[in-house]
Amino acid sequence: MSGGAGETPVITVNGQPQPLPREGSLAVLLEEVGLAGRPLAVEVDGEVVPRSRLAEIRLCGGERIEIVTFVGGG
Amino acid sequence: MAEVRDTATDHAEQGLAADRPLVVGGVRLESRLVVGTGKYVTYAEMARCLELSGTDCVTVAVRRDRLLNAAGENILDHLDPARYRLLPNTAGCFTADEAVRVARLGRELLRDMGSDSADWVKLEVLGDRQTLLPDPVGTLAATEQLVADGFTVLVYTSDDPVVARRLKQLGAAAVMPAGSPIGSGQGILNPNNLLICLEYLKDDDPAYPVIVDAGVGTASDVAAAMELGVDGVLLNTAIAQAADPLRMASAMRDACRAGRHAFLAGRIPRRLYATASSPDDGRIVESGT
Repeated sequence: MSGGAGETPVITVNGQPQPLPREGSLAVLLEEVGLAGRPLAVEVDGEVVPRSRLAEIRLCGGERIEIVTFVGGG
Repeated sequence: MAEVRDTATDHAEQGLAADRPLVVGGVRLESRLVVGTGKYVTYAEMARCLELSGTDCVTVAVRRDRLLNAAGENILDHLDPARYRLLPNTAGCFTADEAVRVARLGRELLRDMGSDSADWVKLEVLGDRQTLLPDPVGTLAATEQLVADGFTVLVYTSDDPVVARRLKQLGAAAVMPAGSPIGSGQGILNPNNLLICLEYLKDDDPAYPVIVDAGVGTASDVAAAMELGVDGVLLNTAIAQAADPLRMASAMRDACRAGRHAFLAGRIPRRLYATASSPDDGRIVESGT
């Protein structure tokens, strides 16, 4: 999913391509999709990123990101 | 509201011998019902059903958030973490690796909330979509990984006693055999297997928690499971999809209590022929063969 030469780098968020957020910041990404401050967990390329480390992660394009929350289930 | 919980101490309050509480992973649960939060028409109805069921431990699923509709309600707005222990599941996972990933995301969500149940997981590794039966090989592998990773694993499995014993040996905090397929409402299809599970899992460890997970259709299924001697029942669809979920939630609470009391009381043996309850002596006529 990473951008080729001359293309805007993209990341994959919950299976959908998204432009790289400003400064490649995960925290900015959460703000852009309106999820900052909500109960959620974030995984980057299969690794959970604790909330305390969200601000320090820098994305460079191509990453697969999952943002999840709790829903009803049995 | 009035206290409706199935507390382990309410037996004593009724002048009965105290029951042993249900303890999972060192944590005492007040209710022997674990109730799922799926399939309710509204979160408000879900919340009311949970109250009426008396449960203090509820399952939740881990799913992608809806990115375009972030204004929607979140289930956590309707679940008081001080009242309910949240048990994230790995529903929908068909491999051990997927289940471990989802378990870790659930743990992160709980840690983010400051929950003290962050390391609890209801592990499901499913075999196929039609039956939703557990994949025993994947379930064993995921149990081993999650236990090594510090999780308190409550594991959904079939009613196969040999697999149940393996899961306990791998360090599962509770083994949760299915009564019948998830959401099928068929009740307890093989009570004999459950009895063997109980014997295998509790023989040298009577307090080891065995919880029937899945298949409950109505209140008598819960009572029947509890009468076998299981420590609890986990259910969801039977309440959420009942014509009147609130009343069914209340019925489940009563059935769980009734079944537990009946198990502790010790049922009479089944006999082929009748035994009269009224005395033979003193009848005014001598008749009958």
